[in-house]
Amino acid sequence: MLQSVSDFLVITKRQLLQMIRIPEVLIFATIQPAMFVLLFRYVFGGAIDSGVDGGYVQLLMPGIFVQTVAFTLAATAVGLAADMQKGLIDRFRSLPISRSAVVIGRTVGDTLQNVVTLVVMGLVGFLVGWRPSSGPVKIFLGFLFLLAFGYSMSWIGVLIGLSVREERVAQNLVFMTVFPLTFLSNAFAPTTGMPKILQYFAEWNPVSTMVAACRELFGTENIFGATANSWPSQNPILMSLIYMVLLVAIFAPISVRKYVRVSK
Amino acid sequence: MKSIIAQNLVKTYDKGTVKALDGLSLEVEEGTVLGLLGPNGAGKTTTVRVLATLLTPDSGSATVAGIDVLKHPDEVRKVIGLSGQYAALDETLTGWDNLTMFGRLYHLNSAASKKRAEELLEKFSLTDAAKRPIRTYSGGMRRRLDLAASLIVKPKVLFLDEPTTGLDPRGRMEMWGVIDELVKGGVTLLLTTQYLEEADHLADSIAVIDTGKVIARGTADELKNQVGGERLEITVEVNQIAEATKLVEQVSGATPTVDAGIRKISAPVSNGSASLIQVLRLLDDAKIHPLDIGLKRPSLDDVFISLTGHVAEVVSEVEAGGKNATKRK
Repeated sequence: MLQSVSDFLVITKRQLLQMIRIPEVLIFATIQPAMFVLLFRYVFGGAIDSGVDGGYVQLLMPGIFVQTVAFTLAATAVGLAADMQKGLIDRFRSLPISRSAVVIGRTVGDTLQNVVTLVVMGLVGFLVGWRPSSGPVKIFLGFLFLLAFGYSMSWIGVLIGLSVREERVAQNLVFMTVFPLTFLSNAFAPTTGMPKILQYFAEWNPVSTMVAACRELFGTENIFGATANSWPSQNPILMSLIYMVLLVAIFAPISVRKYVRVSK
Repeated sequence: MKSIIAQNLVKTYDKGTVKALDGLSLEVEEGTVLGLLGPNGAGKTTTVRVLATLLTPDSGSATVAGIDVLKHPDEVRKVIGLSGQYAALDETLTGWDNLTMFGRLYHLNSAASKKRAEELLEKFSLTDAAKRPIRTYSGGMRRRLDLAASLIVKPKVLFLDEPTTGLDPRGRMEMWGVIDELVKGGVTLLLTTQYLEEADHLADSIAVIDTGKVIARGTADELKNQVGGERLEITVEVNQIAEATKLVEQVSGATPTVDAGIRKISAPVSNGSASLIQVLRLLDDAKIHPLDIGLKRPSLDDVFISLTGHVAEVVSEVEAGGKNATKRK
């Protein structure tokens, strides 16, 4: 047991080392969300009448945070597909290490990268007027919630990365699925304008429940959601927790199994 | 004692339509080197992957260092080293990072993994490049580091899958030198290669495989004799062809083939260099100075044509479910 913990820590450390060895990757990974903050803040921020204290940026930040951590799935999938392609996974599999070490190490490593990304985004947000008003404990919980969501999404990425085996395919596949998911939600605009059926979809969408939960935790009224008044939109924190538990409970065992049998 | 035993390994892909292994059996004596020789798609990589616990065969059994590969893969992993066709390293990390990481994954403690990384870098002449990321390494350096990574815990059995494929001649020579050293250290080695020359140089015995089966076994010399031994080839001036042909026939005992267009005479010889010297003496006595002279050794193609009756065709990469084809960049 202790041995498996040390195994996955070695894999996690590998990812942290990568960040140090090629800082460009992390820099670009942070510039992109920071750019999103600025673009949305100044492009949509002027057009959308937010109706909350402090303006659109209060609603926007939770949206962008969730979108960014949802894309942890992409980082995991692409990273693992690259390792598959280079034969590194084969080498790991020929080592006397626990069967889950490589995939757990990867998901934890990707989550640690999120810590850096979230800090940078939070600072940029603060510079352009984001002022969470719920007090330090709830703000901290909000970020913890975001990291946990990123972590559970990361497990879907494990399965995708090990299944497609090729970096570029993984990238395209992930972008095609995660982008619509983040826009068919309450992240950036009110769901009121959507057809009723899409409103239901948007309210059950884990991205929406996460955004609503974070707005609650950061102290902003979620006036973009709950137009269809579904249960998830009424109980976003609980629903988000259920989603996270479900994601990990479903995808972690499948992914570990996939890893063990990846070349059969 | 046999260090590696494989019995009747069968592995099929695509619902049995593609047979990567078709009842392959082999044995490797402890402390010896077996060269697994065959063209692309013959089943070399699949064999290595089964023995290295990466792949489960449809049927058959195998033991490595006396441990059942299918029943106790975890135990097998503790005593083997594997270095594949493509350097399986983290390209963004340095050589040092990679070796210490693998050391830790072999459960050496921090100090021991550092010490071992230092030793291996020194041994493979990579100390100067230790702090550079792998992506700046040459092909030969990558392969050496990859090999180093497979030697961290001094494996009992080492698998090298085409260790020199894609290397330039210099890289290949360096790699051979490194492998020679290892073999002197007494490791049991299973090496796959497409080059007869390489098997000849490195292996104690050779198993030729084609379409998932071992089709011939023996030492390099035995296989070559089976193919028909060596041929003596000389090139002379046009007006000397007739006389030179007679002299060659005298040594060879067989009627030489003469290609007048390129002024080349060739004939089979049984005792290689001795025949060569004999012919040279006779030519010298007759005041004939050949433009070119040499012994042609059988190539892999010759071995294949002779053993299988067909040319060593490049079968589409079915090994590992077509995975290799996409790995090649």
